[in-house]
Amino acid sequence: MSAAAEQTVLDRAELDPAKAPPFPVAALPVLRNVQLRKNVAHAIDVIQAKRARLVAEKTDWQALRAAAAAIKDHVLENLGAYLEQFEERCTAAGGTVHWAADAADARRIILEILREEKADEVIKIKTMTSAEIQLNPFLEAAGVRTYETDLAEIILQLGEGEPSHIVVPALHVNRSQVREIFARRMGIENLSDEPKALTAAARNYLRQKFLLVPTAISGANFLIAETGGVVVVESEGNGRMCLTLPRTMITLAGIEKVLPRFQDLEVMLQLLARSATGERMNPYTSLWTGVTRGDGPQKFHVVLLDNGRSSILARKKERQTLRCIRCAACMNTCPVYRQTGGHAYGSVYPGPIGAILTPQLEQLRHAQSLPFASSLCGACYEVCPVKINIPEILIDLRAQVTDQERKTAGKFFDPMYVAMRSANLIFSRAWLFHAAQKMGRIGSRLFTRKDGWMHSLPSVGAKWTLTRDLRGLPRQTFHEWWAARERGAK
Amino acid sequence: MRASLFITCYNDTLFPETGRAVVRLLERLGVEVEFRAGQTCCGQMHANTGFRREAFCQAKRLVRLYADAEAVVIPSSSCVAMIRDQYPGLFEELGDEGLRKDFAALVPRVNELSEFLVDKLSVEDVGAYFPHRVTYHASCHGLRGLHLGERPFRLLRKVRGLELAPLANLERCCGFGGTFSVKNGEVSSAMLTVKLEDVLATKAEFCTALDNSCLMHLGGGMHRQYAGMKTIHMAQILASTVKEPAEVAG
Repeated sequence: MSAAAEQTVLDRAELDPAKAPPFPVAALPVLRNVQLRKNVAHAIDVIQAKRARLVAEKTDWQALRAAAAAIKDHVLENLGAYLEQFEERCTAAGGTVHWAADAADARRIILEILREEKADEVIKIKTMTSAEIQLNPFLEAAGVRTYETDLAEIILQLGEGEPSHIVVPALHVNRSQVREIFARRMGIENLSDEPKALTAAARNYLRQKFLLVPTAISGANFLIAETGGVVVVESEGNGRMCLTLPRTMITLAGIEKVLPRFQDLEVMLQLLARSATGERMNPYTSLWTGVTRGDGPQKFHVVLLDNGRSSILARKKERQTLRCIRCAACMNTCPVYRQTGGHAYGSVYPGPIGAILTPQLEQLRHAQSLPFASSLCGACYEVCPVKINIPEILIDLRAQVTDQERKTAGKFFDPMYVAMRSANLIFSRAWLFHAAQKMGRIGSRLFTRKDGWMHSLPSVGAKWTLTRDLRGLPRQTFHEWWAARERGAK
Repeated sequence: MRASLFITCYNDTLFPETGRAVVRLLERLGVEVEFRAGQTCCGQMHANTGFRREAFCQAKRLVRLYADAEAVVIPSSSCVAMIRDQYPGLFEELGDEGLRKDFAALVPRVNELSEFLVDKLSVEDVGAYFPHRVTYHASCHGLRGLHLGERPFRLLRKVRGLELAPLANLERCCGFGGTFSVKNGEVSSAMLTVKLEDVLATKAEFCTALDNSCLMHLGGGMHRQYAGMKTIHMAQILASTVKEPAEVAG
């Protein structure tokens, strides 16, 4: 292997929606990537099978989903009040609550806390929200070293890759790639690709960080308004370590993460573990409230992040997007994600939830191709533990994107827009429709081969004949046949 | 019973044999079939591509056209799902009270073909003969949109001579998705490849469905690949008899 190839093992992907190419373009290299497609399909098949088994054993699954949706809807209707209650209780328990309107705000607040702590290193529990605000590159540029402690995040950090899934971020990486990254970056010769050897290597690497770095950053699965507490679920115990040894903990959480009562966890944790990893319960469920003298971090900060969420809250139909508990069941079942993996979405939130969440967080300034990155098959809605009607929101966002685009001059002559406008005119009168059918029949003869099929079409049709033939238009439409039959009967 | 056939725009243009089969089948079962000449499209293509106002125009046309129909039969599950799932939202946003009322009165009388046979006519054995090995593709709109469930299987099992081949990963989308198939042509093609692996593994002669849109995609892929399998709408199988075997185009 050449030196250059050794340096970059993982494929780079642009996950900043402002810079990422549109989905159909970003999908192309992935579709050609044999290794990646194999890794993705294998990983999600394993998770899906586990999920299906554990969901089937819950006879009250549908009732749990309905309860979770109701809890979340109630929170969203009273979000301001619950956030204020959370702030009050968390502060009373010794925590400090900060409010961040956007990503820049959140990054600045976190950096200020770190400067105050004189911290030039932080350890991190996996948090997609920190990826959303692009925290790591910001902190590194400001001179703060960040160390991920979740195994998948370590792989990506050391391999300089990007997450392709919100629960299993390194889903697209296989263990021989992990072996290569660890061997090179940890300087271990003769490292085998056995999972045991790889986790032992990661553990060794992590122990030093846990013991030496006194400041930690986490996300939150849930915030509890009535207690001011924070909940993080994880599988490896790295989160528990981050909550034990450091002196200072900073938790970054989206404002939609708040739940009214401790008791609501009964519903949420059952749904989350089964939906996310196909487990009855997560191996580690950590709950903490403010600061406990002599136990765990003695300074605790929560940064509540809006970053576009309140604009989603303001929209009646799309509001349900904020019910999401980030379980990733939608991407695991998605037939599109299964082919492309996460990077094609150009966002830290891929898959069906990403296709509705990202454009909304971006307030449709970017990521306009994502609502179209779905065949609307409905599998996501069926598995969603909080019953987000993703197809309905996808269609609604498509309408918003179309309304936005059709006003622009560039789109006026776009073949898809011309076709849609013409089709509307044609469908408004039956005689026009019938005339168009006749013209289409004559025109299609140009493209119809001797076998009666079209193998190659121009314009929009070229994307169809990429891999599919189209039968030549029949000599008689159905309505012509019907009319002839009626005449014959008379 | 008098049934008004809404053939749908693409069946009228591309798959007239499906419409002829629906007429033959229903008439054989004693249903009087009518066909309203003013019909065009349900608006699904526009709605799913983001052209809401245009979709609304077609939705309104359809509701007006069938307001006095005893029953509407549609041999396309995705068009039925469009009417049931998307019309309410369109009418809520863009329609008036009168239109919403007309729609509410009409919608219980709108039937997908297999629903009409099993639920309204209470038949499973339609007297069909189709001596071939067949696999059934449960289109997403039939499966998750209309919850057709066992209906298509019950109908197919009663077809004499038909050998039903089970399809693996039945619930997985074929990758058609309307304009998705061209807007995301490459991803759609990758999904088609994966679906065809399962379909071809059945070693069936025909792949059937209650949606010619999925079949156009699957059949187009089969034709391109010289796969040795054809697609056929289920109406054509159910209409097929010893005397008048199914029309198989292409």
